[in-house]
Amino acid sequence: MSAKEKIENSSETSEKEGKTESELIPIYIMGKRYEVPEGLTIMKAMEYAGYNFIRGCGCRGGTCGACGTVYRKPGDYKLQVALACQKAVEPDMYIAQIPFFPVNRAQYEFAELTSAPEEIFKLYPELFRCVACNACTKACPQGIEVMNAISALKQGNIAKAAELSFECIQCGLCTSRCFGELAQYHMFQLARRIYGATIVPRAEHLAEIVRAIDEGRYDDLLENLKSVNEQELKKLYQEREIEPVAAGEEWKPKDTSHL
Amino acid sequence: MGIAYYPGCTLKTKARNLEESAIASMGALGLELEELPRWNCCGGVYSLANDDLIHQVAPVRNLIRAKEQGKNELVTLCSFCLNTLKRANLLMKENAEKRNTLNSFMDEEIDYDGEVEVVHLLEVLRDEIGWEALSQRVKVPLQGLKVAPYYGCTLLRPREVAIDSVENPTILREFLKATGATPVDFPNATRCCGSYQIVSNPANISEYTWAILSSALSHGAEALVLTCPLCDYNLGQGQKELVREHSEFKEMPFLYFTQLLAIALGLDPEVCRFELNYGAPESLLRVKKLLS
Amino acid sequence: MPVNISSKRLHSEFVNKIKDISGQNLYLCYQCGLCSGNCPMAANMDLSPRQIIELARLGLEEEIADSKTVWTCASCLTCTVNCPRGFDLSKIMEAIRLLTLRENVDYISPEDISPEERGELPQIAFVSALRKFTG
Repeated sequence: MSAKEKIENSSETSEKEGKTESELIPIYIMGKRYEVPEGLTIMKAMEYAGYNFIRGCGCRGGTCGACGTVYRKPGDYKLQVALACQKAVEPDMYIAQIPFFPVNRAQYEFAELTSAPEEIFKLYPELFRCVACNACTKACPQGIEVMNAISALKQGNIAKAAELSFECIQCGLCTSRCFGELAQYHMFQLARRIYGATIVPRAEHLAEIVRAIDEGRYDDLLENLKSVNEQELKKLYQEREIEPVAAGEEWKPKDTSHL
Repeated sequence: MGIAYYPGCTLKTKARNLEESAIASMGALGLELEELPRWNCCGGVYSLANDDLIHQVAPVRNLIRAKEQGKNELVTLCSFCLNTLKRANLLMKENAEKRNTLNSFMDEEIDYDGEVEVVHLLEVLRDEIGWEALSQRVKVPLQGLKVAPYYGCTLLRPREVAIDSVENPTILREFLKATGATPVDFPNATRCCGSYQIVSNPANISEYTWAILSSALSHGAEALVLTCPLCDYNLGQGQKELVREHSEFKEMPFLYFTQLLAIALGLDPEVCRFELNYGAPESLLRVKKLLS
Repeated sequence: MPVNISSKRLHSEFVNKIKDISGQNLYLCYQCGLCSGNCPMAANMDLSPRQIIELARLGLEEEIADSKTVWTCASCLTCTVNCPRGFDLSKIMEAIRLLTLRENVDYISPEDISPEERGELPQIAFVSALRKFTG
């Protein structure tokens, strides 16, 4: 956690603590009842309750996949999943975090792999234990069609598996629910690596710009930046021109001398 | 409107020769095979345990996909897929209790009550096109080609899902006759190739292969016609072993029935993907002047 | 083969366990041996399919557990379609396999298949073998 985040968190916590008792809601963390301020994320609510994360917590921004969480609400047998850093607590939620799952992760020399589907079969033969129960898809906090991506791998379609699993953040909740004991998220990572390295067409414009960088086209600019003092550097950074979110294809910066 | 088509995993890799020749041939016959938009592995083998429902989920899910497409028929090319899908379908039709359990387990899917019929492509050729009509579409009669029809297990067993007579099947013989080839019946046409034992007891496979191929050879067959990608693989592996062990062993090429169909219909041999076949069947077809 | 039987054996739960999983009544079998005669895998079995049924009826669980027979079965269903008693032996074979597999003891492990074979085998072989030999 950065220093800035710490300050923000503590100010938020103290603000919540200032609220009255009636705004506290009951939640159950691993079966034990706690009262926590409403509006907190599961992660912050657990910290409020006294938990100190040394695992199961990473980016706090919904992208690192460290805080996979399973919960259930009263009156419903269905298990739900969420990332603890993203989901706000709800009254009477039963919560358990699954920060890690001890699943098979194959070792490989990536440079030796080809785009053949058999590469996946060789490294993860347990792929073929999938029974299409779909528990994985139901357990994905990212809304990925996990079962369909596994089906694609069984069918030898690495590209389809890579595309379907693009939003995967490796939280491992799919695996924790898998009847066949598959390591879906590791298989998908391998599929995306193979896809990126050997299947997707190379971007020509990227190769061009890399060549230009290698040939020293931006060396002077970098040297200039290195030579300015900290104050000046901050000013340059704050005053930099940012591409507007809704900018179209035709957008160009005011200074086009580096394009 | 085309026929809903379930390929099965192996047809997307090792058995592309089966799939591509089938799609091209059916297209030439005016029937489009429409692959299901989303499908999963059927599980290969049907679960034989009374109290096991989880292994029925995979085949039933595919039947649901066909129903979602508004289809009442689902065609398969792979013998294993046919067997597993058809048996699971029978369970959904006949066992109300298990049907309800499976439907409630798959609560993310629409309910399924056995509305779709699972058929093999050979049945489509026999029942929807007809041997007579098929023979009239043949442009390159496979004259002089002596082919042994090999059924294996799953097209014919168990009885309740068999696509033909269990004891005396003729569907492949009739098919071969329609293409102009000479069918060579042999006693071991429905004998098992070893199936998944290729994984657990690979050493036994050549023995099973020998029982099948020596029987076909001794009846004068020049090639074997197949429907199943696992038979194809096992018989191929078995032959490799037999060639190593016995210098006098005469290798025999295998062809999928759809490849013979494509050749007989005068299609571009490219669609047969012969490079994926065991035993280079093109050389035999060239000798018979069926390929240039 | 000589076997020792006792009243305890004869009243073991083994037959019922098989019946629950397979839905088959082992007492239907009249030991004609057509299953063994027709089985294409029989030459590689230490006990014939017919013997398996008889041993199961006698409650001789250990003898069956020591045998490779149910793991040599390829579920080709030749026995099933030929049985004059309409008895589905393939389901008995599956039930006996499952008594082991359901205790989380697998017959094969995917890791036991060499990487070369994994690269060669069609998916249909993998899927089917893992269905039959892992729990």
